[in-house]
Amino acid sequence: MAGTYRIGNAGRLTPARTARFTFDGKHYTGLEGDTLASALLANGIHLVGRSFKYHRPRGILSAGAEEPNALVSVERDAARRTPNVRATVQELYDGLAANSQNRWPSLAFDVGAVNDLASPFFSAGFYYKTFMWPKSAWKSFYEPNIRSAAGLGVSPDQPDPDHYSSRFAHCDVLVVGGGAAGLTAAVAAAQAGASVILCDEQAEFGGALHFEKGAQIDGQDGWSWAQATAAKLAAMPNVRLLPRTTAFGYYAQNFVALTERATDHLASPDRTAPRERLWQVRAKRVVIATGAIERHMVFADNDRPGIMLASAARTYLNHYGVAVGRNVAVYTANDSAYFAAIDLKKAGVNVAAIIDVRDAPSGAAVDEARSLGIEILPGRAVVKANGKLRVSSVMVEPKTGGASRTIECDALLVSAGWTPSVHLFSQSRGKVAFDADTQRFLPGTYAQDCVSVGACAGTDGLEATIAEAIQAGSDAAGKPGKTLKITIKAQEGWTGGMLGAAPGPGTTVKAFIDFQNDVTAKDIRQAVHEGMRSIEHVKRFTTNGMATDQGKTSNMHGLAIAAETLSKPIPQVGLTTFRAPYTPVTFGAIVNHARGNLFDPTRKTPIHPWAEAHGAVFEDVGQWKRAWYFPEAGEDMHKAVDRECVTVRKAAGMFDASTLGKIEVVGPDAAKFMELLYTNPWEKLEPGRCRYGIMLREDGFIYDDGVVGRLAPDRFHVTTTTGGAPRVMNHMEDYLQTEFPHLNVWLTSITEQWAVIAVQGPNSRDIIAPLLEGIDLSDEGMPHMSVREGKICGVPTRLFRMSFTGDRGFEVNVPADYGQSVWEALWAEGRKYGACAYGTEAMHVLRAEKGYIIVGQDTDGTVTCNDAGLDWAIGKKKTDFVGIRGMKRPDLVAPGRKQLVGLLTKDPKIVLEEGAQIVADANQPVPMKMIGHVTSSYWSENCGRSIALALVAGGRDRMGQTLFVPMPKGVIEVEIGSTVFFDEKGERLNG
Amino acid sequence: MAKASTKSGAVAERRPALAGREIAAAAVRVAVLPPAERISLRAPAGSVSALSKALGLTLPTKPKTSASKGGRTALWLGPDEWLVIDEAGKSPVADCAPVKALHSAVDISHRNVALAVTGSGAEATLSAGCPQDLSLAVFPVGAATRTILGKVEIVLLRTAPDAFRVECWRSFSDYVFEFLGEAAHDAAA
Amino acid sequence: MLLIRCPYCEEELPELEFRNAGEAHVVRSSHLADVSDQDFEEFFFIRTNPKGIIYERWRHIHGCARFFNAVRDTVSDKFLMTYKAGEPKPLLVSEPAKTAPAKPKAAAKPRSRKGDA
Repeated sequence: MAGTYRIGNAGRLTPARTARFTFDGKHYTGLEGDTLASALLANGIHLVGRSFKYHRPRGILSAGAEEPNALVSVERDAARRTPNVRATVQELYDGLAANSQNRWPSLAFDVGAVNDLASPFFSAGFYYKTFMWPKSAWKSFYEPNIRSAAGLGVSPDQPDPDHYSSRFAHCDVLVVGGGAAGLTAAVAAAQAGASVILCDEQAEFGGALHFEKGAQIDGQDGWSWAQATAAKLAAMPNVRLLPRTTAFGYYAQNFVALTERATDHLASPDRTAPRERLWQVRAKRVVIATGAIERHMVFADNDRPGIMLASAARTYLNHYGVAVGRNVAVYTANDSAYFAAIDLKKAGVNVAAIIDVRDAPSGAAVDEARSLGIEILPGRAVVKANGKLRVSSVMVEPKTGGASRTIECDALLVSAGWTPSVHLFSQSRGKVAFDADTQRFLPGTYAQDCVSVGACAGTDGLEATIAEAIQAGSDAAGKPGKTLKITIKAQEGWTGGMLGAAPGPGTTVKAFIDFQNDVTAKDIRQAVHEGMRSIEHVKRFTTNGMATDQGKTSNMHGLAIAAETLSKPIPQVGLTTFRAPYTPVTFGAIVNHARGNLFDPTRKTPIHPWAEAHGAVFEDVGQWKRAWYFPEAGEDMHKAVDRECVTVRKAAGMFDASTLGKIEVVGPDAAKFMELLYTNPWEKLEPGRCRYGIMLREDGFIYDDGVVGRLAPDRFHVTTTTGGAPRVMNHMEDYLQTEFPHLNVWLTSITEQWAVIAVQGPNSRDIIAPLLEGIDLSDEGMPHMSVREGKICGVPTRLFRMSFTGDRGFEVNVPADYGQSVWEALWAEGRKYGACAYGTEAMHVLRAEKGYIIVGQDTDGTVTCNDAGLDWAIGKKKTDFVGIRGMKRPDLVAPGRKQLVGLLTKDPKIVLEEGAQIVADANQPVPMKMIGHVTSSYWSENCGRSIALALVAGGRDRMGQTLFVPMPKGVIEVEIGSTVFFDEKGERLNG
Repeated sequence: MAKASTKSGAVAERRPALAGREIAAAAVRVAVLPPAERISLRAPAGSVSALSKALGLTLPTKPKTSASKGGRTALWLGPDEWLVIDEAGKSPVADCAPVKALHSAVDISHRNVALAVTGSGAEATLSAGCPQDLSLAVFPVGAATRTILGKVEIVLLRTAPDAFRVECWRSFSDYVFEFLGEAAHDAAA
Repeated sequence: MLLIRCPYCEEELPELEFRNAGEAHVVRSSHLADVSDQDFEEFFFIRTNPKGIIYERWRHIHGCARFFNAVRDTVSDKFLMTYKAGEPKPLLVSEPAKTAPAKPKAAAKPRSRKGDA
């Protein structure tokens, strides 16, 4: 038998289908279909964990997702170790290995339990009061100790080897919750022709019918009806059933997020299948059928293992065939617990007594219990539970006081009534309303197109629930379908319930309301006494409801005790807001496909394979991989870059510039548009010529730059910085569409249409010449800053004569798929002339030698054209362009602004750090007055010394001045000079 | 410098992205489509009939639609924007060149890479990363849109009830291909 | 994730395809170069940032790529309506009188759509 507490003839599992598992290393046997909790209970195990703060022994409270206590670690292998798994949710599989948490050295003997004895020091607000002084102790003592004590469970220390997937789904009706209400609503909607998604967090549909034996629906017992209904739905093409799927977040416009647990219940899951799947569902209408959650009774030591919700004990018996004890007692304020006693009694379990705080409980359930010979003790309270690792007896007293009686038991079933699950409704921004008659919060004002049905809407009784669900389902479908008739032959009637602490001593004892965060009734009262008035404050002061179970069983108790202590009605104290996620969600599900290569796109140029094959080291530039440098044998980065820089100026170099943003501007008003978007004049630029353009934002600061070629009167080929390409395109479209819509011009991104090969250096013309057709490369035929269309290697090219090195240079644009082939042809030619391939680092050094800026490195969004020494690029006669007014703002034309200058270190061997601050007087006291900073700094092999660019206050008036760069290892002396370090006259452009 | 001519005789070879790559999953096949001629066509309403005539098909003017004729397909991408794809080897750039009516035709043949996603799980595969409703009722055969797949932009065209054409920029094709591969293996659910 | 009706695509589409582009109906002067510091400050820096009804620009950047205008309630995060760039600022009944009425607009084709009030 799979456990000594398994009862023959009870439950729905198959006795022959066993599954072995371990808990804390010990071997046990359960049944397929068990949860870990039911399998443990079948083996007589109630003690499964230690509480978070006081390390009190804890058992299994519930049979569902609301479980606050039974949190274990499930370990499939070294990398698959999941902490804080609710044993009540984890399905058993053969070979499951689980361990208890928060205990050392063992679950039964735990050193941390000393916290329980010291608990008077750990009262509510303890953290806020205790660690205030001495201040110095925080870093050295408090924080390290709190950190080691904090947290529950141990997170895995290896990357998650599983994968997760995602799916967007759209439907007419999403039904959340697959109990009687949800199943009925789904059928009603589906029969009317709506597309329906029905999800339920459990493995099987049925909800409360898992335990509610008294239901007779359509001539079947409730459970059989649920299974038949689920099967019927599964066969409908317009229905998607999602078991093991939790709707955890309800967002705007009926956007609901679900997680489907696809493999955690399997003994040997297919590793190619995702472990979990995130569903992002957009529903025209949502039916919330999330049921209700039973509350526990609040009394002294109500957290002893063996004390559990009455409905949970019923689930374990009626679904799993497990008796939670041999001699159980019941403590209740509600009729529903009587059914647990009745079911257990009928299954042969001794029921010691039903203790009911109500003075005169009555009704069918009470009568039946009495007729079965169960002792009923009305008007009495359990004032204490005995037994440390498992409840052994309870002390019972009349509510009004008097002689106490001890009742032996090995399990105590409790019920303080039912809390409607309004979590998702509240997440949808619906407003709950307090129903004073039944003392519960119910859906009040709806904010979205959704409807709550059944227990979560406060509807009591199966018949009313089914009727409501049929209505909701057909309403949601928007058209009446086949009339759905479901007949209810029998149902259970539940009444009663209480909120807050049960009668009994309340000031000194530990009567828990929030098990997971160890919050007691006393803590709530203390919070009120210390001045907390709003439930939001009480919550944060006591941490009530702030654990991972989000107070599913505790919120209402906490609220009621606060209200009582404040002598205010409950609605005036307020209810805290429910937030997503309803239950914890794995990061895997949230991230799903976005891991590894799919975390972010990696963009590669058409020439990337060549660079890779030639040993390039790559750097990330946004999403692009760019060749950084090409080390030859024995070279480090420094040596490689030096060689590349020298080779380009001596012979030639080839550089992959494909990542540059490129935009084709076409239309009769193209030049007019360019005039408005760039500072430069464009109307008079002749076709075939290029110009370096600067783009400002409306605030007058430099936004982007690039060379623009005019291909025809109505066609420009604009280049942008690599990183700026998307935002420049957006900026241009914005102005074109909304400010200058009268212009007849269109923009097309051609960044990826063209591969770009820069061939730079004195031999560049000789290298490209043999491959070209139809282009005159003479200085007269194609002067510096010109563009031609023709063919290279037999394919179309847009050839730019331009230079970002200061030497003669070309940029060869070819259609992307030809990029690598043309590169290879150029490379073969280039080798004849001593050319090298160079990367982005050499490109940076070479342009810095010429004082060419890089937008985003030498500018930072607060640099004007004037600051950068680029005033010449502003069309002086223009009456409008973006930034024309912004650049004249008082602060932007005030004297003393930081200006771009060159810096030469007094010791030519010292290379400054980019970002280093500059001061005028190195001997001033700290903090020094900083007057500028280094924006670009390199070793220049061509200059035989270090070079740097810097933004320095009033920099152009400081030519020749000595300034200082204070660094941790000493002060570096620098001299201000020109931004051009090499070939100041620019003769090499035609050299 | 002498007048240019190809002295070397080198002829460039076309090397398309992802050439020959394919994913076969239980319910879906993801295949890279051969290179095609493409233009980004922009034009005001007044030029549509002249351009339609030149291109040999009627440019669609309804959102989310496309028109196809003789191996050439025009996808409505915006109120003045079409993606014209020619799989028959004819040049839409050349066809638009003589049109006097206002327009902009820019060759983007090499900018885009096209993938075919086919099979009973095709819709589910795309729904792994595309937030639009791709059910046949809402996104019928011939429907076309620019949209999102995972973290990148794509153009999506439904070519049959269980077949889609996905176009993306060249440098995003690795990402799109790998994403569709992962999604394809999960498409049976 | 919101659903946003694109006035050009004539369909409600997922927010992932859209990008917010700031407040709508901010007028860029046709002689911007000559406006006073104060007028430039008004134009460039000052935004209403209301609690309640906001007129704002969106771009269907991963769809039809059009900029358009929307009226949204910043409290409920609900879109009240969307309309094409260049169309006049709609006056809503529920809107407080303070932000209305808009100046009557000239009949000619507006030079600026963003600034069209």
